Amino acid sequence: MPMTITEKILAEHAGITGVSPGENIWVDTDILMTHDVCGPPTIGIFKQQFGEKASVFDPEKVVIIPDHYIFTNDKHANRNIDILRDFVKEHNLPNYYDVGTERYKGVCHIALAEEGWTRPGNVLFGTDSHTCTAGAFGQFATGIGNTDAAFILGTGKLWVKVPETMQFIIDGEIPPYVMAKDIILQIIGDIGVDGASYRTMEFAGSGVEAMSMEERMTLCNMVIEAGGKNGIIAADATTEEYVKARTDAPYKIFRNDADAKFHTTNYYKAEDLLPMVAQPHSPDNKASVRDVQSEKVTRAYIGSCTGGKFSDFVAAAEILKDQQVAVETFIVPATTEIDKLLRTTQINGHSLMQIFENAGAQIGKPSCAACLGGPADTFGRTHKDEICISTTNRNFPGRMGSKSSQVYLASPYTVAASALTGKITDPQEFLN
Amino acid sequence: MQNKILGRVYVLGEDIDTDQIIPAAHLVYSLEDPDERKKYGEYALSGVPAALAGLPNGNMPFIEKGKSHSEFSIIIAAKNFGCGSSREHAPAALEIAGVKAVITPSYARIFYRNAVDGGFLIPAESEKSLVDYFKTGDQAELDFINKNVTNTRTGESFSVKELGQVSQIIEAGGIFEYARISGMLQENTHA
Ligand code: SF4
Repeated sequence: MPMTITEKILAEHAGITGVSPGENIWVDTDILMTHDVCGPPTIGIFKQQFGEKASVFDPEKVVIIPDHYIFTNDKHANRNIDILRDFVKEHNLPNYYDVGTERYKGVCHIALAEEGWTRPGNVLFGTDSHTCTAGAFGQFATGIGNTDAAFILGTGKLWVKVPETMQFIIDGEIPPYVMAKDIILQIIGDIGVDGASYRTMEFAGSGVEAMSMEERMTLCNMVIEAGGKNGIIAADATTEEYVKARTDAPYKIFRNDADAKFHTTNYYKAEDLLPMVAQPHSPDNKASVRDVQSEKVTRAYIGSCTGGKFSDFVAAAEILKDQQVAVETFIVPATTEIDKLLRTTQINGHSLMQIFENAGAQIGKPSCAACLGGPADTFGRTHKDEICISTTNRNFPGRMGSKSSQVYLASPYTVAASALTGKITDPQEFLN
Repeated sequence: MQNKILGRVYVLGEDIDTDQIIPAAHLVYSLEDPDERKKYGEYALSGVPAALAGLPNGNMPFIEKGKSHSEFSIIIAAKNFGCGSSREHAPAALEIAGVKAVITPSYARIFYRNAVDGGFLIPAESEKSLVDYFKTGDQAELDFINKNVTNTRTGESFSVKELGQVSQIIEAGGIFEYARISGMLQENTHA
């Protein structure tokens, strides 16, 4: 039977020759990822269900990346890291990226890619909704809860309802001032925050093929904001180059069959795309930057798994170099690797970090930081009625801390340009 | 699983996301420690903006200050309930607060899965949005045999969908119980 990439990966991991959308199947897990917020309750359920002495299904396949509440004095948050540490020790788990060590990474979804866990054809389950980011590598990757994760921890298996695939084809040359973030905000605005519920969002077309891995990750990162189960992009030479540089582990590239069935196919002409924002308080509340460009902002934030990758900061630096920000601006590299690159990569004799500091921005340590609000002492968290323009992925009420703050989502270009003026600004004004 | 659930209703709008159900700052508490666990009840739905809390009038707290148990055991909401993060703390917080069922025309996928697999509450799906047919404080009777929900104040009944393929997991009380009943997990794996 003809199948899509997602259907093929799921069929192979269920040990059957074919699957159809809507079927419930049990699939084998290649990688189970958890972090400091959902890891401790997962461990609790695991012990309760399988027993204090039970062993995990495969220590090599369990990846634990603390990233959410790291640089805080909150004692409960810090206790959660201790719970992870104890569990890792008890079970001798090799893939733990501990806080305060050389191995500490930062935001899990970017760390997974950097550490070679995002492999074409594999199945990755993670206790975080943005696990879908790894679909950029042609991997089936989706977010799950603690009970499901505990079940996998003991058995290596999970039931999955095979999703239908919605195709999004972006053809042509993407304008230089448009980033993947603009494209995904456009798409979410078009289909709504539940427009892809229970389904796969597949991105294809020459515009996507020309994208870097980081830009592809931005597209797949936000499929959950449309309710999607997973995002997927067919692996190609760009993917293989990235993966091979980071792991020797085997992978398998799947492609759609010529007559594979899709729920819908949506076409976008790359030349027509524009810088976009999602206005408060929903990721689908779209507007083009042009249409809202006088709106005032009081804060800018560049970070997270969506907009805190190396190329996101290169984009921001292009705009911020030799300029001064007009509103408080927070820079949070997603991972320690990106943090290092920001210190070592130069534009006209200045490191990116220097460019940000000279522009008057405040620099935070690699972690999720204010992307999800977090404990009161979290770097960049909103506390009152701030109006923040942010490269993150959610702007529901209270997402960045305070219920009375407002959040606009935008690309690193747009956030940087708006930081300079204190109002929503088209990056084209600052790009030559 | 009971055939009927009778309870007071709390009404919410659409796209109630997991940060509104349980704001991220509170995710640090242990779900196992009996005292800390209560915090999840105390802060359940505390992220909902006041004007939208308890429709149609709003400004109706879900939980009285200082309590961890709500007088409302049925939530009626508009579409896409539970969107946002994968935090299982969301259905857990509602259960700890005393919620037995949510009724909405549609759920975000992970919330639905978590509610079912963790056995926290029953995610019922109504044929249409019932937000205009219930007021916060009304009493509702959710009937799984007749597949409907009745507003006991108005006497009006509305159909709810069959639970479908996941009903076996709901009946069993969660994915672990289901796996044991179906023989996937040995009985003796229980501690
Ligand atoms: S950066 Fe934000 S969206 Fe990404 S994993 Fe962290 S909290 Fe979640």
